[in-house]
Amino acid sequence: MADTPMVSLTIEGRAVRVPAGTSILEAAKQAGVLVPHYCYHPGLPIAGVCRMCLVEVEKAPKLVPSCATAVAEGNVVHVHSPKALEARKGVLEFLLINHPLDCPICDQAGECELQDYTFREGRAQGRLGPEPKRFNPAEDFGGDVLYVTNRCILCTRCVRFMEDVAQDPVLNVSERGDRAVIGKFEGRDLTHPWAGNVIDLCPVGALVSKDFLNKARAWELDRTASICPNCTQGCNTMLETRDNMVVRMKPRPNAEVNHFYLCDEGRADYRWMNRADRLEAPLVRHHGDRLVAADWEVALKAAAGHLNGKRVHAVVSPMLSTESLWMLSRLVKKSGGRGAFRVARGTEAPLAGVKDLALRAERAANVRAAELLGFTKTDRPLDGLQQGDVLVIAGQELEAADTPALARASAVIVIGTHLFAGAREAIVVFPATNVAEEEGTFVNLRGRVQRYLQARAAPGMARPVWWALADLLAFLGESASYFTAAEAFAAMAQARPEFAGMTYDSLGLAGRVISGAGEAMAGAAR
Amino acid sequence: MGYPHRSHPKETPVLSKHFGDPQARTLDGWKQRGGYRALEQALGMTPADIVNVVKDSGLRGRGGAGFPTGLKWSFMKPGDGKPHYLCVNADESEPGTFKDREIMRWTPHALVEGTALAAHAIGAETAYIYIRGEFTEPLRVMEAAVKEAYAAGILGAKAMGTPHRIDVHILRGAGAYICGEETALMNSIEGKRGNPRIKPPFPAAAGVFGMPTTINNVETLCAVPHILVNGAAWYKALSLSSPKSTGTKLFSACGTLARPGNYEVTLGFPFKDFLYDLCGGPLPGRRFKAVIPGGSSVPIQSMEEAESTLMDYEGFVAKGSMLGSGGVIVFDDSVCMVRMIARLARFYAHESCAQCTQCREGTAWTTRILERIERGQGTMQDLDVLLELSENMTGKTICVLSDSCAAPIVSGIAKFKKEFEAHITGKKCPVTAAAAAAAA
Repeated sequence: MADTPMVSLTIEGRAVRVPAGTSILEAAKQAGVLVPHYCYHPGLPIAGVCRMCLVEVEKAPKLVPSCATAVAEGNVVHVHSPKALEARKGVLEFLLINHPLDCPICDQAGECELQDYTFREGRAQGRLGPEPKRFNPAEDFGGDVLYVTNRCILCTRCVRFMEDVAQDPVLNVSERGDRAVIGKFEGRDLTHPWAGNVIDLCPVGALVSKDFLNKARAWELDRTASICPNCTQGCNTMLETRDNMVVRMKPRPNAEVNHFYLCDEGRADYRWMNRADRLEAPLVRHHGDRLVAADWEVALKAAAGHLNGKRVHAVVSPMLSTESLWMLSRLVKKSGGRGAFRVARGTEAPLAGVKDLALRAERAANVRAAELLGFTKTDRPLDGLQQGDVLVIAGQELEAADTPALARASAVIVIGTHLFAGAREAIVVFPATNVAEEEGTFVNLRGRVQRYLQARAAPGMARPVWWALADLLAFLGESASYFTAAEAFAAMAQARPEFAGMTYDSLGLAGRVISGAGEAMAGAAR
Repeated sequence: MGYPHRSHPKETPVLSKHFGDPQARTLDGWKQRGGYRALEQALGMTPADIVNVVKDSGLRGRGGAGFPTGLKWSFMKPGDGKPHYLCVNADESEPGTFKDREIMRWTPHALVEGTALAAHAIGAETAYIYIRGEFTEPLRVMEAAVKEAYAAGILGAKAMGTPHRIDVHILRGAGAYICGEETALMNSIEGKRGNPRIKPPFPAAAGVFGMPTTINNVETLCAVPHILVNGAAWYKALSLSSPKSTGTKLFSACGTLARPGNYEVTLGFPFKDFLYDLCGGPLPGRRFKAVIPGGSSVPIQSMEEAESTLMDYEGFVAKGSMLGSGGVIVFDDSVCMVRMIARLARFYAHESCAQCTQCREGTAWTTRILERIERGQGTMQDLDVLLELSENMTGKTICVLSDSCAAPIVSGIAKFKKEFEAHITGKKCPVTAAAAAAAA
């Protein structure tokens, strides 16, 4: 790549230097100029059909489609010249003549590129006159996808995604002329595990999510950078909340992890983040029979009393943050105990057109960190629980088969989001936050440490696991006083060589790979 | 021999010499009429020599664009290590054009010979003849001719006994006008939806199956054997006007005229003579009103323009139109121009491949406006809107279908504005009304 010759050109008066072969549209991005477009998407093959990205290049006889035209040395490009603006205005008018102006009831409103560009550059009034608009009924495309035919601008992003990225051609352009619509091949549905991405790719409200249908307006949503917790791939996401409820999870681009995509299973699995039957206060066993609400100080002191001098057997969740797992590992280490975790498994579902991207078989976000920090992956996490051990259950539900083993423990301490069956045996229960309610990091299966941010307020007195554990360690005489997840992470980076040199700032929102993960990457490539 | 008429003395029949002669359809009959001499000669020449002869002849593409054929062939670089392909565009769908149909019907071996010759000239071992789906008879005739040529060893692993391999495959379209666009045709050959491709890359770089490809029109290829046999100088001398337009050209004449049909004239022939002598002028009691000289995609000419035109590539441009594919559509004073233009727009709206926004929506919208005006429900603003839409439909799309829809609208409004205005102010079609009055 280093040998690629560079080309210099001017876009909207700004000099820019890009590798030869770059499209004018991408070069304009680098110059900080957005060329309006619909059919172009950096993750898809070029179609060049919407004709929205026409720009004026000096000395060229006609306007050129900037998505499909490579830069040439000395090009002088005008994106906002009267000629280019006039052409885009024309395209917008053509797109709108048959587009229902149903923005008030359209899910895409507020995040619609047709709306945005029309507002910016379109005509104030239509000229269709007395002609009726074209009408086609909406169609259920299967999976999570509803096709609202009338809103479609035939950019073919969905067709190209299914054909070239999913490599499962289900969609096509049926008919021609202004009768053309997106069609499904006979007997096929959008049931591919990654098909839901066509909803995000659709620049208008033609492909909408049935799950999100009529649920919220785009402008009411708060958006928080997060990581999909539902498998070890660690796809970057945007958690979208309204009134403190997660209502949608969408992919956030990261060229190193998930490009522009998120699988259907991952994006659909967010409801548990809104679970209502939550632990809101610490519970302490009172007179040996009842769990009663208590203050954190009281609960921590009670737990510390039971832990003193005992060996800890920790059963942890691979969904916990790295910071939380590190604190748990410190507790285990201090007591000379052991820790284990169990991972839910499912079918692996790769996205064929993107290298090393799949819905992974291990359906939890932080398996890699749990292993790094010394927890044993096993289907029977209570094996090795010895008579007299203190069992610490963190973020993990027990299964029915596990409960007889609880009898061996001298005490059970639970830290979790809700009171599951086995938790009722505990002497202390701490209320914990879930991924949407805290800040933290996950390490994906390729060793990439990625941050997620807090998207909603935690219920009641719930705290992140790392915070509760740090306080508990402090009660046990450890130096563990952290006010933020960043501080906890920084302390971990000091203590653990894998994270050496990393800080929340240096991770940014794209993440960094732990040292020593190179071999793992090479292994994956094989 | 002409078809369906006898040749007019002012014609120069080269390609159409054997039209109407069933004997010319067979291999033996074709050989007796001088067939395959040119191919034999060409297979003994180097490709570069053939390309030079064709370059010298001044032959230009007869499909519509008029690109110099020899130059096009010279883009096919020998020794690039890739298979080369020849595509023969026999998807003659341009409204008003029916010359290739007659070539294939009457002289199929002329096309087989031209195809094989061109394949050798561009270093291709495989040629695809893509025939319009509706052309059932030409398809049958062509398939029989190719079969004969294979049986006689003219095609195949050792074409005419030489070491050159030339395979010719006949493919049939499925009724889409757009598949006559060269890259849409290639997509169609590949089994894909017939959508035009973005250019560049041009076919000579990446054509059918991504390989270097040349695509030629039927009439172009049929002219090549004559050039090889008679020499470039002979062909170049066949010109009555501009030295840039050489040879003979088949013109298909249709519409309201006395003798519709195919006529072959030397380029530069006076259009007035063509219309009034060859085509026999208007029908009794009628006067010509307008002409579309090169298939429906070119601008409309008024009679003043048409009657002063010399029929060649430059001559039509000088008089406000284009030579195009040579489909001459004539309208007399009984034709409503608004209705006619609306009908053309409807055709383009029906045939738009739906890729580009301007074409998909523009062709349909202009059709609706034109039909509304024709019904007497238009407004003066509609004319301005039509012109603005036409502007937005011109030069902004992948292929020129959209431009083709706009061309007759723009030229029609410019040259026949009074008819449009009469529809709008009179709130009905004046031509139909006059005809009704005459009948009463």
